[in-house]
Amino acid sequence: MIRLTVNGAPRALDLPGGTRLSAALRETLGLTGTKIGCDAGDCGACTVLIDGAQACACLTPLGQCEGARVETVEGLAATPEGRALIARFHAAGAAQCGICTPGMLVAATELLRANPAPSEAEVEAALGGVLCRCTGYRRIIEAVRGAGPAAEPGAVGARLPRLDGAAKLDGSARFGADLAPADALWLKAVRSPHAHARFVLPDIPAFLAAHPGIRAVLTARDVPGRNGYGIYPHIKDQPVFAEGEALYRGDAVAALVGAREAVERAELPVAWTPLPARHDPEAALGGPPLHAAFPDNVLAEGLVRRGDPEAAFAAAAHVAEGAFRTSFVEHAYIEPEAGFARRIGERIEIWCATQAPAMDREEVAGVLGLPLEAVRIIPSHCGGGFGGKLDAGMQPMLAVAAWVLDHPVRAVWSRPESMAASTKRHPARIAARAACDAEGRLLALDFEGLYDTGAYASWGPTVAGRVPVHATGPYRVPHVRARARAVFTHQPPSGAFRGFGVPQAAVAQEALYDRLADACGMDRLEFRILNALTPGDVTATGQRLAHSVGQRECLEALRPRWAALRAEAARRNAAGGPWRHGVGVAGMWYGIGNTGMSNPSEMRLILGADGRLSFRNGAVDIGQGSATVLAQIVAEALGLPVVAIAQIHGDTALTPDAGKTSASRQTFVSGRAALAAALDLRAKLNGALGWDGARVTVNGEPYAGPGLEGHGRFDPPTVPLDAEGQGTPYATYGFAAQLCALAVDVRLGTVRLERFVAAHDVGRAINPTLVEGQIHGGIAQGIGLALMEEYIPGRTENLHDYLIPSFGDVPPIECILIESPEPLGPYGAKGVGEPALVATAPAILSAIRDATGAQIAHLPALPHRVLEALGHGR
Amino acid sequence: MERTRLGNYWRPATLEAALRILVEQAPRLLAGGTDVYPALTQAAAWGAAPAPALLDLTGIAALRGVTRTGGTWRIGALTPWAVLRDAPPAPGFRALAEAAAQVGGRQIQARGTIGGNLCNASPAADGVPPLLILDAAVELASPRGLRVLPLREFLPGARRTARAADEIVTAILVPVAAAEAPSVFLKLGARAHLVISIAMVAASANGRVAVGACSEVARLWEEGLAPIDDVRASAAYRRAAAEELVARARARLAA
Repeated sequence: MIRLTVNGAPRALDLPGGTRLSAALRETLGLTGTKIGCDAGDCGACTVLIDGAQACACLTPLGQCEGARVETVEGLAATPEGRALIARFHAAGAAQCGICTPGMLVAATELLRANPAPSEAEVEAALGGVLCRCTGYRRIIEAVRGAGPAAEPGAVGARLPRLDGAAKLDGSARFGADLAPADALWLKAVRSPHAHARFVLPDIPAFLAAHPGIRAVLTARDVPGRNGYGIYPHIKDQPVFAEGEALYRGDAVAALVGAREAVERAELPVAWTPLPARHDPEAALGGPPLHAAFPDNVLAEGLVRRGDPEAAFAAAAHVAEGAFRTSFVEHAYIEPEAGFARRIGERIEIWCATQAPAMDREEVAGVLGLPLEAVRIIPSHCGGGFGGKLDAGMQPMLAVAAWVLDHPVRAVWSRPESMAASTKRHPARIAARAACDAEGRLLALDFEGLYDTGAYASWGPTVAGRVPVHATGPYRVPHVRARARAVFTHQPPSGAFRGFGVPQAAVAQEALYDRLADACGMDRLEFRILNALTPGDVTATGQRLAHSVGQRECLEALRPRWAALRAEAARRNAAGGPWRHGVGVAGMWYGIGNTGMSNPSEMRLILGADGRLSFRNGAVDIGQGSATVLAQIVAEALGLPVVAIAQIHGDTALTPDAGKTSASRQTFVSGRAALAAALDLRAKLNGALGWDGARVTVNGEPYAGPGLEGHGRFDPPTVPLDAEGQGTPYATYGFAAQLCALAVDVRLGTVRLERFVAAHDVGRAINPTLVEGQIHGGIAQGIGLALMEEYIPGRTENLHDYLIPSFGDVPPIECILIESPEPLGPYGAKGVGEPALVATAPAILSAIRDATGAQIAHLPALPHRVLEALGHGR
Repeated sequence: MERTRLGNYWRPATLEAALRILVEQAPRLLAGGTDVYPALTQAAAWGAAPAPALLDLTGIAALRGVTRTGGTWRIGALTPWAVLRDAPPAPGFRALAEAAAQVGGRQIQARGTIGGNLCNASPAADGVPPLLILDAAVELASPRGLRVLPLREFLPGARRTARAADEIVTAILVPVAAAEAPSVFLKLGARAHLVISIAMVAASANGRVAVGACSEVARLWEEGLAPIDDVRASAAYRRAAAEELVARARARLAA
């Protein structure tokens, strides 16, 4: 028996002394506010206080807590000091998805008890052991110091704290691993340790006989329906369990289901025969094929052709060309995949962290051979997605297990498993040429992108289709040939990751434009202003842009900072020393929603006979804030306070299909649908609406009429691209320009970021704090893409070998919100989730080149690559 | 006195009890847990989760803290990084303090121990270069008695130590004279916090310089380096960076 005090209460736990404190807190004491992100001390999500000092609960044996005082987020939330800190986090938008938030609050508490007025550096040092993937840390620093933006009441345009924030801050929000039936069995997938291998499964009855406690070993034979899933209806190529051949390290071949300890302690003796693996898309081109349906391994090709590029290049005053290479980037959401499934008669229910409940529902129905109506997906709080939780992940496997065994089954992927099994950002190899005339007007672009799509299709076709449309960047380029191909290899499946391939393309295009500006003796910012798309311009797909084209305003908004930061860099460079200072700039545009295909969202608002308003909102809030933004839109349209709107989120049994949380579409598409639903309801009510604290009132009287429903649907108008890539792929675009000031240590190749200024045309900022939160977080991920993130299967399958930005890696960020209203959007709004990231990496590379003359062509720009580019390497 | 067994776990209060359990049960040794538990996580990811018997040494209060006896500083093997970070006992321990402030986050610094860092024997162990320039030695106890090994003999290679199966590291010993001159520590990594070193340098004003993460085990600068290519950097880069860091460390000491 181990005796300790937890949140002030004495506890006696009859557990082995080696039990991780995190497990004891979560599983025995039910304190699930302490989150597990890595079980390795790398992420700090499980930070608790032991005798007042920060500790990773995942690294602390319970035996060491004998006689100790343990404090968790639940305990802090019950104290005045904790509530004050929570209020500051809430107002500042310091919590987004919420999975790192308990760790941040606990770490900050240790600091503030010793130092009530810490400096920025002191906050970074004290909280540096906790990683955040959403916020970019700046708002957390401000919240700890009491310096963040203040909360505002109101609807559209107000800095309303997120409506799901309170639960994320006091530890009560339930994420994928925080809820399951008490009797649920545990599932552990058996995965290929080889990039390509034939395999033979062992004698399963004999294995089960030798492993009491394991109920079943599930294999492809147990899948009742189609043993395949995937984003595209005609490419269900990823098996729930591979059959005879594994195509990447991490491919699932079987699953053990049973009592937790029995499952964890067992290893299924699979006989592997490694086969030659192709890790290089250039080598994979032409076959032999990974999938018979794609004989040359080209999964998909996107092409945009306009004008006569060859003639334009021949006549151009200046031409720049280059080859660029980016790496696998892991989503590294701090919440690994988790959930449970249970069978209820001839129906199945799944609780899981997801960005796309309606798509999960289709996948589960497919693998179980059930009608859609028999499947219910209930999204948990989602501890980060960024595109990685758009694929069905563990859901098909959980569904098969619960269905076959007719018993609840749960699973939590470990960090190494999550990293090995889940999708990644496509590594890209890009060769591009761009040309301009003597006055700096862009004339032509030739872009060839080879995107490593890994072993299964996932979102590869989406990436191949989106990239060539965006290859010019947000500039007028009359002559274009742009092609992107997604090529199968024996690598992890590349899928959706914030930007769908566009951030990689932007690295190439912006680098070439810097060189063209230099070639014609122009300032790099002015070059971009000269070429920026404006209303009335025609894009490479032949789309005439009529409204909400704020690119030029974004760039012009940077002018004062550009001049000041450039002057400062010059002054500091004049002083000499190993640090060379530079300033970079990049522009970006991003089509909101699917590329040239239907992309609807539906919303329902129900006013009950009891006067209560229920908002059936199927859009999953993964931390970006759609639950808050859509409520603000509805509140504005009805003239009611936000508090009047009770929401039901995501549950496929209770909400209509809002489409997936991706492509920066929820504010624009679902926001417009929510507006339509609100206006529909409003039209059914006569008189002035109000709220008496419990019920909707009409002309001051509590509503007591019949139940009413407002229904809204929006599908952004697009025209599919033809064989030449001509059409109207998107109804609207986000625009942005970012500026980066940094210093490069030219003897060590290290880069110190000093400042970002980010100007974003968001149409209308429904909630400026949330918009800025997206920009901060996007910049942080852009920093990772540019400077440190490189996933290598088998080598960087944890969060200490795979580096994401930590406290101290994200410098101060100034956001400038440009509001060029989009007539189709709700109150003029567009999306910002992905636009936030796209310009960051090219702005950093532009600044490194400005500081040193070195053109980085291989990302990430790790110190040794920077030094090589500087010519000081080997 | 001796704690009772808790599952496959012992946390004795005395060294004698620990040595007896070590001999009888052959458990895995555990101190701060900051390397043991991550290794268990990694092992479980691709096969059966190990469930080793654990001998937790942290109940032995006598192995914690820094004391001076005659001409020797004695750092208890269980002294956590935070103590070394906040209270360097002599100017020569400043490099160790600066290293301690950069080992993981505050969570790791509060619980990870200097003895554990040495026993884990990572090529990138941040504790080794600062101790090399202090001419440190490692004290080991076994039922056969005590022995003291120079740090370099204690660490024969990457992930290997000279600790015998029945031994427990009890202290790190530093000659008082070696710790009189001030020292500095420079760490190079690809991000601000929580980063495994690409290269690191500890240097003393007495002229001793040691380099870590550029060979299987950290070395004194005059011994030369043997860096490798890995996910963090190329070998050529490590050579160049180490040279630059050494120059900067010396410049800082001279300033």
